[in-house]
Amino acid sequence: MKPVEDKKVTREVKVVTRVLAVNERMAEQNRRRFAEKGVFVINVMSSPGSGKTTTLQKTLERIMPEIRSAVIVGDVSTTHDADRLAVTGAPVVQVNTDAFGGDCHLAAHVIEKAADAIDLGAIDLLIIENVGNLVCPAEFDIGEDARVVVLSVTEGEDKPVKYPAMFRLCDAALLNKIDLLPYLDYDKAQAVGYIHQVHPGMPVFEISARSGEGMEAWVGWLRERVSSKLKAPS
Amino acid sequence: MHEMGIALQIIDIAVASIPPDLRSARIERVNLKIGKLAAVVPDSLRFCFDIVSKDTPLAGAELAIEETPVLARCKDCDARWTIAEPAFTCPGCQSGALEILSGRELDIVSIEIAQGESHETGGG
Repeated sequence: MKPVEDKKVTREVKVVTRVLAVNERMAEQNRRRFAEKGVFVINVMSSPGSGKTTTLQKTLERIMPEIRSAVIVGDVSTTHDADRLAVTGAPVVQVNTDAFGGDCHLAAHVIEKAADAIDLGAIDLLIIENVGNLVCPAEFDIGEDARVVVLSVTEGEDKPVKYPAMFRLCDAALLNKIDLLPYLDYDKAQAVGYIHQVHPGMPVFEISARSGEGMEAWVGWLRERVSSKLKAPS
Repeated sequence: MHEMGIALQIIDIAVASIPPDLRSARIERVNLKIGKLAAVVPDSLRFCFDIVSKDTPLAGAELAIEETPVLARCKDCDARWTIAEPAFTCPGCQSGALEILSGRELDIVSIEIAQGESHETGGG
């Protein structure tokens, strides 16, 4: 018998679903949980080597114990960042994404699990240090209240226009390592111009986590955001 | 960079969308809408999808990807335009207060299921 060719009849079934719907639902669940506990959550993103961990370490030194803080640190592997942050006395939860498939970003379900290890009732601020990557973390809502991107003057001035999705998404940018400017041919005005080309009006804090220069303005912004959530009815 | 995870999500959603009377049918095509601002590379996604769809009802299915442009609206002067370069300022009034109307999609629009003669599986 001759094999019968399939008649080319196809049925189209409408789906119309966000591919990341599962993550987005989980992120909303995280957001509600954090709001109930009155915890302000900040998602800190950057490329590798921008000085994100040092910046957070120096930030924690300035805001604690007045703002009770905890940190979730995402890395593909190692606990080096968590070890450095634990020195500040803040509870630190390390998430190695290789346990979740070597992910390039933190997803909402990872945060949900990591948050179980933190006494949310005892903190005002949860800092989430995302995996060093300017592409993927921008796609994954994790239930945060604010997003901050750290870039440094040892990277190209054009990072913002190379990674526009990340810079569009964030609420503030930290331009780190400005103590190195005398030794570099870095065009700071151009870098800030690129940030504002992608995200007009976004606050840019020029800092040196190492020397402490500019840190007060950034910490002031963070303090204000944390207290505005604490005051707001959840 | 996370196209593998996206491919797995697509398979989960597509398999769950197969109507009960077509459980053994073959899915020919998955129609997707992916915005230019979504951090997804269509070629990488197809590559990953082909690997992870083996041994699922989506094996051999085509990923039809419609890439949607970044459309913006100016909140100040109501101008609408397509953003082709990473510059997010209104070309009319220079305002930076924009609403992104499209370009961040990462949606499964539909699946197309073969409804021909029921055929033996395993190549005959």
